[in-house]
Amino acid sequence: MARDLAPDVERIMENGSPYLRKKAALCAIRIIKKVPDMMESFVERAATLLKAADGAVQLAGVSLMLQIVELDPTQVDMYRPHVPALCQLLKRLLQPGGAPADYDVSGIANPFLQVKLLRLLRHLGRGHAEASDQMSDILAQVASNIDASRNAGNAVLYETVQTIMGVESIGGLRVLAVNTLGKFLANRDNNMRYVALNTLAKVVAVDTQAVQRHRATIVECVKDADVSIRRRALELVYGLVNEGNIRALTRELLDYLAVCDAEFKPDLTSKIATLIQRFAPDKRWHIDNLLQVMTQAGSYVKEEVCRALIVLITNAPDLHAYAVRAMYRNLHAYQDVADTSLLITSLWCVGEFGEMLVAGSGVPLLEGEPAVSCSDRDIVDLVATVLAKKAADVVVREYALTAAMKLTARLPGQVPRLQALLARFNRSAALEVQSRSSEYTRMFKLAPPMRAQLLERMPALDEAEYLRNMGAEVRPSVPSTGGAAAAPATSSAAASAGGAAAAAGGDLLGDLGDALAPASTSAPAAAGGLDDLLAVGPVGASAGGVAADVLDLLDGGSKEPPAPPAPPPEPVSFPPAVVFQGATGVAIRFAFHKPGGKDSGVTEITATYANAGPAAVTDFNVQAAVPKFMQLRLEPASGTTLPGQGAGAVVQKVYVNNSQHGVKALAMRLRISYKDATGSPVVEQTEVTAFPAGC
Amino acid sequence: MIHFLILMSRQGKVRLAKWYSTYTQKERARVVKEITPLVLSRPLKLCNFLDWKNVKLIYKRYASLYFVCGVDAGDNELITLEIIHEFVEVLDRYFGNVCELDLIFNFHKAYYILDELLVAGELQEPNKKAIHKAIGDQDQLVENAKNGVEEGQGAAGR
Repeated sequence: MARDLAPDVERIMENGSPYLRKKAALCAIRIIKKVPDMMESFVERAATLLKAADGAVQLAGVSLMLQIVELDPTQVDMYRPHVPALCQLLKRLLQPGGAPADYDVSGIANPFLQVKLLRLLRHLGRGHAEASDQMSDILAQVASNIDASRNAGNAVLYETVQTIMGVESIGGLRVLAVNTLGKFLANRDNNMRYVALNTLAKVVAVDTQAVQRHRATIVECVKDADVSIRRRALELVYGLVNEGNIRALTRELLDYLAVCDAEFKPDLTSKIATLIQRFAPDKRWHIDNLLQVMTQAGSYVKEEVCRALIVLITNAPDLHAYAVRAMYRNLHAYQDVADTSLLITSLWCVGEFGEMLVAGSGVPLLEGEPAVSCSDRDIVDLVATVLAKKAADVVVREYALTAAMKLTARLPGQVPRLQALLARFNRSAALEVQSRSSEYTRMFKLAPPMRAQLLERMPALDEAEYLRNMGAEVRPSVPSTGGAAAAPATSSAAASAGGAAAAAGGDLLGDLGDALAPASTSAPAAAGGLDDLLAVGPVGASAGGVAADVLDLLDGGSKEPPAPPAPPPEPVSFPPAVVFQGATGVAIRFAFHKPGGKDSGVTEITATYANAGPAAVTDFNVQAAVPKFMQLRLEPASGTTLPGQGAGAVVQKVYVNNSQHGVKALAMRLRISYKDATGSPVVEQTEVTAFPAGC
Repeated sequence: MIHFLILMSRQGKVRLAKWYSTYTQKERARVVKEITPLVLSRPLKLCNFLDWKNVKLIYKRYASLYFVCGVDAGDNELITLEIIHEFVEVLDRYFGNVCELDLIFNFHKAYYILDELLVAGELQEPNKKAIHKAIGDQDQLVENAKNGVEEGQGAAGR
């Protein structure tokens, strides 16, 4: 219908009465939206409408031009020659008597047309210095002379400011614009403040300095009663933060966090945490403030934040004592209401540095710090209380158990109590808790020196490494099944590995089968603490030749594997590892084999697909993609149907040649498509990055 | 552009609804249902703008009626308020001190007036007098048609 009527519309637009022409023009807007091809015929005609005498026809013409430009940005060049004409039109409106009195709205002549003109000028001037020059005059005129007492005037002013910021204006004009926004901000009318905050958010990306001047007002707006204003103000504040004002702003934000309503809390918490991490002036301030955030809104703090905090603490040895004291104080004060994040961070610190808490340990207090008085008993009491709480999260229990274990080495006087505490969870229903408890209890059978060695202080975790690994995929790993071996070496290894390869976390001792070299694994074995942090890689030496013999089934290969022990020169095989676990029970295992030896770039992967789900899946197909520096060849699979319950498996060989072997690691993206039991197609995608090293 | 214009009473009854984008019947009902509590629950002092899905809601309360406009996120909110005000002024001029009852009983006229003011989601006529004249002309046409019919009947009857 649009196509059929378009010629008629064109005709009316050219020569009808003004009444009809304006309707025709707006009708054209609808037509070109429906049928963009028809735009051609209207491009020229829209411009001719500008010459009409009637304000409504002009308005319709400008609206049409705007729509054309928005739909097809290339038309901007066509319309740029009209910039002087548009400015002329606008100028005439600003002069007294420029338009018939009928078009007046509270003293402004045809504000609707003015706003549309300004909008069009914005599009035409963007990225074009010459056009912007031509319009700068009129923009300055509008911005300075408009009557801002009524809403109509403010509407035009608002559009002017947006246009100034949108085109290539000179510095003076921009300053004028920002000052106008400042005036809006100070206005008591909520509408004006909303509008100002909205625009400032766009400005702050371009010109932060100018906006800093209004920081105080903006912070006030954060606490406003109006939720729309609050939201805008918060976004603006994030954009404003820099090293200079971080302390003041964080304090404000933290105060606000205490009183704001629930719908804002998660967002606000994560933003504050990000800000603290990015701009912290010094470590002590960092720890303090993150601790405050956790106390106020612990339930919204994500695990990554806690882990990052712990990484930070380990990297600041001079602050260990301070950190643990702060944590202890907080935990003691808030033990009833503390959330998971606060609990796990505090437990980790207490476990790691517990002995520094006890008076007389000889570690001086930092300035301005209140003294902490507690004894070994108190520390153990605290851990016991946390463990005893029925509502405690399983993760919290795990951390508490590990902390208790570490404390046996730090506070020798409390060993019997701690041992009893640990033993209590030998029959816990949670698998991880039970396994930890039984493994730790087992460790007591070891000779004391060996146990002490295992529970030594953790080495400083490499922050850069950690941050890099945070970006990598985290796969769940099954707790080790070791511990049944006879030799103490193996059992302690198992115990440490039990601590290491635990739930939710990275995978360290993933690669299995071969006995791993002593030097690398014993470090993580020491103080089997934060499991996923161990994914960062064992750094630093440690005594005790502990050969870990760990089976980690669900792991896709370690990120930082210990040096492969004396691999045969050729060929090299790596044990199978599951690289993908689908939602419906489909699993993919890769077995790596290097027929050319470990220095060759060629890897042969035997992919095995199995289905643990109840019913069979059909049309199973895997597609793989590799980065440019690698070559990939897929052999046809042995079948496309995966019977259920893991009854049968499909095998497919994949050949990968890494031309940057040794320089760049393998990476592969898999796209798996199949039809599940009901016949509906399923598509899943995954990235495999954790190839065994040497691949 | 304006996607829709809804007039609702304080109790949440929709007196007038005009849609300038394609919305199915179901979507329309859903929009109305979701917007009503959002707008009606706003206290007086707050600003007249709300974010909802990908549309900005601009509302203004006149006596017992809420005029709600849904516009694109990038539009000038203040000028939309002016458009709403323009509509109210034209209604006022036409009905003479318009009140909600006028709109309930003459809703067809209200729609005609709106059609003279907004087309395709854009403002059509900034001049209130011109709109008034156009509506006057239309009314005249209706009168003529009615009279013509009566005359014709009268002539036939005679």
